Amino acid sequence: MGRKKARRRLAGLLALCGLVLACMLFGVVAGARPIPLATTWQAIVHFDPANSDHLLVRYVRIPRTLLAVVVGAGLGTAGAILQALTRNPLSDPGILGINAGAAVAIAAAIALFGVSDVSAYMGFGLLGAGVAGTAVYLLGNLNRNGAAVRIVLAGAAITVVLLSLAQIVLVNSDEHVFDQFRHWSVGSLQGRGYAVLYPVLVLTSVGLLIALSLAKALDTAALGTDLARALGGDPRRIWGLSALAVIMLSGAATAAAGPIGFVGLTAPHIARLITGPGHRWLLPYAMAIAALLTVGADALGRVIAPPGEVGVGIMVALMGGPFFITLVRRHQVSKL
Amino acid sequence: MSASSTPRRWLWRSRHASFRVDARLAAVTLVLAGLAMLAALYAVTFGRIAIPFSEVLATLAGHGDGGMQQQVVLNLRLPRVLVAIFAGAALGVSGAVFQSVSRNTLGSPDVIGFTTGAATGALAQIVLFGGGPIAVSLSAVLGGMLTAGLVYLLSVKHGATGGYRLVLMGIGAGATLNALNGLMLVRGDLDNAVAANLWLAGSLNARSWDHVFPVMSGCLLLIPAVGLVVARLGLIEMGDDVARQLGVNVERTRFAMVACAVLLAGLATGAAGPIAFVALAAPQLAIRLTGAGGVPVVSAAAMGAFLLALADLATQISGVDLVLPIGRVTGLVGGLYLLWLLTRSRRGQ
Repeated sequence: MGRKKARRRLAGLLALCGLVLACMLFGVVAGARPIPLATTWQAIVHFDPANSDHLLVRYVRIPRTLLAVVVGAGLGTAGAILQALTRNPLSDPGILGINAGAAVAIAAAIALFGVSDVSAYMGFGLLGAGVAGTAVYLLGNLNRNGAAVRIVLAGAAITVVLLSLAQIVLVNSDEHVFDQFRHWSVGSLQGRGYAVLYPVLVLTSVGLLIALSLAKALDTAALGTDLARALGGDPRRIWGLSALAVIMLSGAATAAAGPIGFVGLTAPHIARLITGPGHRWLLPYAMAIAALLTVGADALGRVIAPPGEVGVGIMVALMGGPFFITLVRRHQVSKL
Repeated sequence: MSASSTPRRWLWRSRHASFRVDARLAAVTLVLAGLAMLAALYAVTFGRIAIPFSEVLATLAGHGDGGMQQQVVLNLRLPRVLVAIFAGAALGVSGAVFQSVSRNTLGSPDVIGFTTGAATGALAQIVLFGGGPIAVSLSAVLGGMLTAGLVYLLSVKHGATGGYRLVLMGIGAGATLNALNGLMLVRGDLDNAVAANLWLAGSLNARSWDHVFPVMSGCLLLIPAVGLVVARLGLIEMGDDVARQLGVNVERTRFAMVACAVLLAGLATGAAGPIAFVALAAPQLAIRLTGAGGVPVVSAAAMGAFLLALADLATQISGVDLVLPIGRVTGLVGGLYLLWLLTRSRRGQ
């Protein structure tokens, strides 16, 4: 790649990061209760535990905004990896059964163990996502280096089995169980504090590092198993590491915020329109675009329908869906 | 698959058309259809009152006792299993067409936003207008068809759709509508939301002949029509340009096939609600069982009918005191079956 082009890509990426920062600022300021910018700044630099505005900013809005960035970045990256590996534009993190695993675990947690605290869902969600993701990976790989179609099919099969189980649990339990579940199932960041943020931050950071180290390998993997091997890649290692990264990234995100399908699915497509298929640039772009989508949607969802709020999963798809459609109509679609 | 034995086939040609029948394909299809019939017949004997097999057969043959048992069989249970069989067949064919058009194993009416649109229609009817069951079915079918039409129109560019753009448009529209559905579920009154969730699970309860006729006539008309044209779809799979050179009118064929598939999915959804996974799994299972190339139409229909009839039977005989919506049971049964097949097959296709 020419030097000029690389510089332009870098500038674009920096501009995206700037936008993310701006949205984060908006996210900290926005909300049902109006808090002036000056007070918000005071809360960050001169924190006063007796001031309720300061408390609100420090313990509700800041962790939540940070979580939106972390969750978004993780989902976007996981989606980009999966689309390359499965060579399927329909792939999103849900394809490894991760959303379904988390959904079953959380439905069971609410119905059987009576868990009602959003941050307590986290552990169950992580467990379910991890188990389901690993199961899909192992099933898809049973006979030597798995063909992409096998993983996709195994993922679809496990997803539908688990979701059916979750629904059967819901249909057969009390109404309030469904009431709690429906709020989780549309994806929301409401009420997530530092207790949720820290574990997600750690998992996502590790996952992102693995993902970035795979950028070059993914370029060859996207050509298919045979070509990848011919080019000196080890499909087994690539698949294993990628699956690990995806399970960490989207497992953590889904456990924390509920299934936000749209981000992982479309952020890579939008990024590909800008960068083309090379993963060295595609991964960071997908990461930034997904973070931007999530933070922006979360903040907007809080101001759009006061006093209530619209969950980030709904907001992001409502805004992003039409945008995505116009984008695809306008531009030459870049294939994987 | 070992290449040692060439599969046995029969060829039939006339001046305008030719058919090739593969022995294994025919055998598998017949067995599946037979099993579907058996499962359906068996399901008819189950229920709040048990009706012996001989009685069911006598009633079907036209000399029942004329009493309550005959009423139950003819007006309650027969419509139910017929809806299962025809909706299953319709979904199977619909999925086979979509998987071919989108050149994607994950293809199903969802790809073009049909299922999500249907759910939007039904949810809007339940949550916003509070309509009855018939109104809900109708709005579901309407919502699905409108969405599918919109996605198709949006993906037309320079007079051509292209399978890939169709898929991407479907993703965008599906995601947006899915969010709307979520919004209606979360914002709506809890009772309505519970009712909507039940509808979303699909149901074969309380079906009447009014449910049977649309989907039955649709199947009998559209499935043979799809079967006649499907060879061209197989050519389009090789690429639009290649197919064009071979004399296929690509756009017209694709439009006609997608329209048939959407109609079939719409009829099935109107009859039984959204049934998960049959459209996705039936063609894949049929391909793996028959080992035949090309787009599976008749075998996918038989497979879909079998899956849905089996799921219906499973909901009937499960001894546990659980509500088992048919759509969820198809998910369980079809999903587990597909997993089992995947663990057995040597290599992915």
